[in-house]
Amino acid sequence: MALTKAIPQMNPLFRLQFEQAQNCHVLLYPEGMVKLNDSAAEILKKVDGHNSVDQILTLLQQQFPQVGDIRDDIDEFLTVAQEKKWIRYV
Amino acid sequence: MSENKDIGPPLWLLAELTYDCPLHCAYCSNPTDLGNKEQELSTQAWLDVLSQARALGSVQLGFSGGEPLLRKDLEQLVEHGRNLGFYTNLITSGIGLTEKRIKQLKVAGLDHIQISFQAADPQLNDAIAGRGNAFKQKQKMAEIVKAEGYPMVLNFVISKQNIDQIPQILALSCELNADYVELATAQYYGWAFDNRDHLLPSKEQLEWAESVVNEFRNHQSDSDPHFIFVTPDYYEDRPKKCMNGWGSTFLTITPDGSALPCHSAKVLPLTFPNVTQKSLQHIWQQDFSFNHFRGDSWMPQPCKGCDEKQHDHGGCRCQAYMLTGDMYRADPVCAKSSDHPLISQAIEQAKNPTRPILQRGRVADIALLKI
Repeated sequence: MALTKAIPQMNPLFRLQFEQAQNCHVLLYPEGMVKLNDSAAEILKKVDGHNSVDQILTLLQQQFPQVGDIRDDIDEFLTVAQEKKWIRYV
Repeated sequence: MSENKDIGPPLWLLAELTYDCPLHCAYCSNPTDLGNKEQELSTQAWLDVLSQARALGSVQLGFSGGEPLLRKDLEQLVEHGRNLGFYTNLITSGIGLTEKRIKQLKVAGLDHIQISFQAADPQLNDAIAGRGNAFKQKQKMAEIVKAEGYPMVLNFVISKQNIDQIPQILALSCELNADYVELATAQYYGWAFDNRDHLLPSKEQLEWAESVVNEFRNHQSDSDPHFIFVTPDYYEDRPKKCMNGWGSTFLTITPDGSALPCHSAKVLPLTFPNVTQKSLQHIWQQDFSFNHFRGDSWMPQPCKGCDEKQHDHGGCRCQAYMLTGDMYRADPVCAKSSDHPLISQAIEQAKNPTRPILQRGRVADIALLKI
């Protein structure tokens, strides 16, 4: 995978936080909000500008050993997140 | 009428801190009766409003006005809002902003600054704003806002007065490195309603402006701003889903503490509650005024039997009231409404304004002029 050593970081336009009232994680940005599903939120929580895609995969597999091979899911989500400008690469 | 359990949280809290403003834009949507400064809520009352709204599930907090920078306690309110978990937005003219204040607000936790511009050059900008040197100040502050690392939105209210400058407005927005740019055609509420003939662009002007924006979008680079073009509903044949539905998402608190489902609702013949007298929870979930236009049981024909009623909720109650004198009628923008000719008349009338343009001011300013 071409991106595995790449390091994603959050676009500072967006802020990730858990919203009690929505019972989910959300991305907040100027005058707007996106609700995230659980897997999207778990991936984004590992995006800190230091972890590479590989490291994110390892961390999530350690955290959720029962989910099996999630490399494709992570790649797919990060592609979407980059298109939506939630993340960019260092 | 909806059951309480169906009422979602007021996701958007708009805190109109003061109606005082250093600018005098004729397109202002503030009420023409701006009230008295003495009736403005205290710092403590605002802090309490923020806490209550957050507990109800509000997440976006807009500090607006008038000019919110005129409140000396703005930093304190921002800090409290941010600590509660709000995404905090400052909606400002940029007048009264300084590098020091931009930094203080950052420390307080402000997430985003939106600056309004009236045009793309000093001459026209300052003429519309009714204040000299406004453009220069805005430009300078926009640069500092970006340098301090804030997300920045620029807001241009588009009207007959500035629509010819669309290409220059696009260029200015790129130059200032805005993240988002709202090209929002004036909506006709408050002062803008009285000044409609001077503001409403022609259909040709709008089509041209939109095509310029679309053409620009086709060639823009990834780093350029995201442009949002808002057309006026007067040229539509279906009404807007105003405020995403009455009492569904938006809660406005006016400078004196009135709670409204939208910032224009005070024009309606309804009694709205005040946060100094009732809890926000009671207001949002049980107050007569907030429940009044929830659901569809209030609708007369043609809305009642319309298969699009879930989509637009009959349009804007304020617009229906201002144009027909009856807040229950379908929004005249809708082509299915028997009042729709009022819209074509307004468009026709705007071609040759007969009354002079009114500059926004406080009531006291106008009284003074009359003496």
